[in-house]
Amino acid sequence: MQQINFILSLADANLILSQRNAEWCGHGPVLEQDIAITNITLDLLGQARNFYQYAASLVNQSGNMPGNIATEDSLAYRRTEREFKNILLCELPKGDWAQTVLRQFFYSVFCKGLYTQLLQGQDAQLSAIAEKSLKEVLYHVRWSGEWVMRLGDGTAESNQRMKQALQFLWPYTGEMFMPAGFENNEIDLASIKKQWLSQVRSILEEATLQLPAGNIFMQSGGKKGIHTEHMGFLLAEMQYLQRMYPDANW
Amino acid sequence: MTTIHQFENDFQDKIDQEAKIEPKDWMPDAYRKTNLRQISQHAHSEVVGMLPEGNWITRAPSLKRKAILIAKVQDEAGHGLYLYCAAETLGQSREQMIDDLLSGKAKYSSIFNYPTLTWADMGAIGWLVDGAAILNQVMLCRTSYGPYARAMVRICKEESFHQRQGFETLLVLSKGTAAQKEMCQDAINRWWWPSLMMFGPKDSESTNSDQSMKWKIKRKSNDELRQNFVDMIAEQIKLLGMTLPDPHLKWNEQKKSYDFGEINWEEFWNVVKGNGPCNKERIDARIKAHEQGAWVREAALAYAEKKNKIKTVSAA
Amino acid sequence: MNHQFIKKLYYGDIPDEPGSGAAYIAKADTAAWPLWEVFIRSKRGLDHKHAGSLKAADATMAIENARDVYTRRQEGVSIWVVESKNIHASNPDDAESFFDPAEDKVYRHPSFYELPDEVKHM
Ligand SMILES: [Fe+2]
Ligand SMILES: [Fe+2]
Repeated sequence: MQQINFILSLADANLILSQRNAEWCGHGPVLEQDIAITNITLDLLGQARNFYQYAASLVNQSGNMPGNIATEDSLAYRRTEREFKNILLCELPKGDWAQTVLRQFFYSVFCKGLYTQLLQGQDAQLSAIAEKSLKEVLYHVRWSGEWVMRLGDGTAESNQRMKQALQFLWPYTGEMFMPAGFENNEIDLASIKKQWLSQVRSILEEATLQLPAGNIFMQSGGKKGIHTEHMGFLLAEMQYLQRMYPDANW
Repeated sequence: MTTIHQFENDFQDKIDQEAKIEPKDWMPDAYRKTNLRQISQHAHSEVVGMLPEGNWITRAPSLKRKAILIAKVQDEAGHGLYLYCAAETLGQSREQMIDDLLSGKAKYSSIFNYPTLTWADMGAIGWLVDGAAILNQVMLCRTSYGPYARAMVRICKEESFHQRQGFETLLVLSKGTAAQKEMCQDAINRWWWPSLMMFGPKDSESTNSDQSMKWKIKRKSNDELRQNFVDMIAEQIKLLGMTLPDPHLKWNEQKKSYDFGEINWEEFWNVVKGNGPCNKERIDARIKAHEQGAWVREAALAYAEKKNKIKTVSAA
Repeated sequence: MNHQFIKKLYYGDIPDEPGSGAAYIAKADTAAWPLWEVFIRSKRGLDHKHAGSLKAADATMAIENARDVYTRRQEGVSIWVVESKNIHASNPDDAESFFDPAEDKVYRHPSFYELPDEVKHM
């Protein structure tokens, strides 16, 4: 059960962020970047599906849901707010381009560290998913990191917007490194945090931005299913057809 | 004067011999303008066309359908991009073209001014709207202006998946629950006539000779293409077990094609004139994206210039 | 009706009826990104081939945009980009003097030489 919850937390985070990024499709600042962010959306969705499919197979093996076969869709569409285990960072509104690229950067650098560790783990299936995902994540880090530099060191307006995004998002970064009890002991969140901080610091420096100073209180709860108010609306929209027509196949 | 005349003759010779016209070639001003207008309208249609389907990305009923829909809408962005680049070779900037779209000066295909009301609309659009577009676009792969033809070849390769996924979406609905079947038929009912309108007014509505055909920018008439479309769809719908909302639709053994009813041209002209259900929403959405993206484009450029300066300094 | 003269209406001939009257003030975009030409090697061992163009603020972004726009269906293993303004082209007016003189140099082609059948592969 612990392992299933852990995999679900990864699936949920990717799905919810992909759902947010998908809002850009057709509304990006320039066609080329509309296509770029949508590629990332598709990567995240693909990763989410891999994690869900694996989680579903484990659920079905465990026999915890007799008569009810779990699938990627039942996990994505038939669970409630309180059952979703994604970190809060992923569910925040997409905001402006600054907020979107900075969130992506924070998240992707975190995934880079996490997947690198999963790669060496005992669970062969999980490490296979991590290996495939890592290739995509490295590109996301590169793409989002470059945008952070561009906007931070671009114009006065873009710099200002990056500062606002940083201030808004920073309190949601701590949750990535807080254990929720379902991580197995192969995962060393403290070392992921160390690497994360060093890469984030160096890119922010390049971007002429500063790491928020002082002891900032970090938001948390997502991993335990205590979400922001945004989450209910996001799920209501995403799950509407499956909820409305519970006996339909699509 | 004789020189211009000579140029024009050479130009027409090239076209008659099926040679492509390339950006740096001499071309009559009207040929340049006609192409610019056609390619930019086509580009605008691709980009505005992202909106009605984009509406359903966050509500797609399964993760697989969500991925397919995102990839499809993203393809349309690519099509817009290829076409803006092709149009730019004729001497107008993309920024100017976008300005013309947003100010209402330049047009896009009216079909995208209809609303997408249910999930079945995603299927109906792929099958009918992309299906209609493909007929036109396959013809345009052989258009005389090189960059346009090459863009169309690339686009057609991508389009084939669009129509198939649309049909398959409807096929699943047609075999589903009663509610899904109803949704499927309803979407077909709503998208059928607008799809027929996509091919434009009847050939007989025209009084002047068609320069576009002579220049081989176009190769088939509206009615020809529309007939091809009706014949194709009238057969495919049998596989869905659905019907087309036209009591006059009937196989005509003599002409070996389908007869069909009269299009509501009044509705057609009203949508063209901006009275369609979603004209305003569509353009407003494009304006918003463009205006809210301005600071992003500026910042990227400013950053590039800074970095460029640093490079030049260190190189010196 | 002023639409009577229009024959084709699909892309290109959608008439300039007054539109939905968007409240948009046209301003030439001051931050237009330059245009780049994209060349893609579709697989190892082949030349880079012109794939199309795109907009990007700098070369790094141009390569990434090319990756995102032109290789979504595994079309490539390597990308070149060059800013369009840096391409120098031959003038079509020179085409005759440039390219026609090659026409009668048939002796440059192997098929010009007739060899006895006994010489199998040469
Ligand atoms: Fe398209
Ligand atoms: Fe399409």
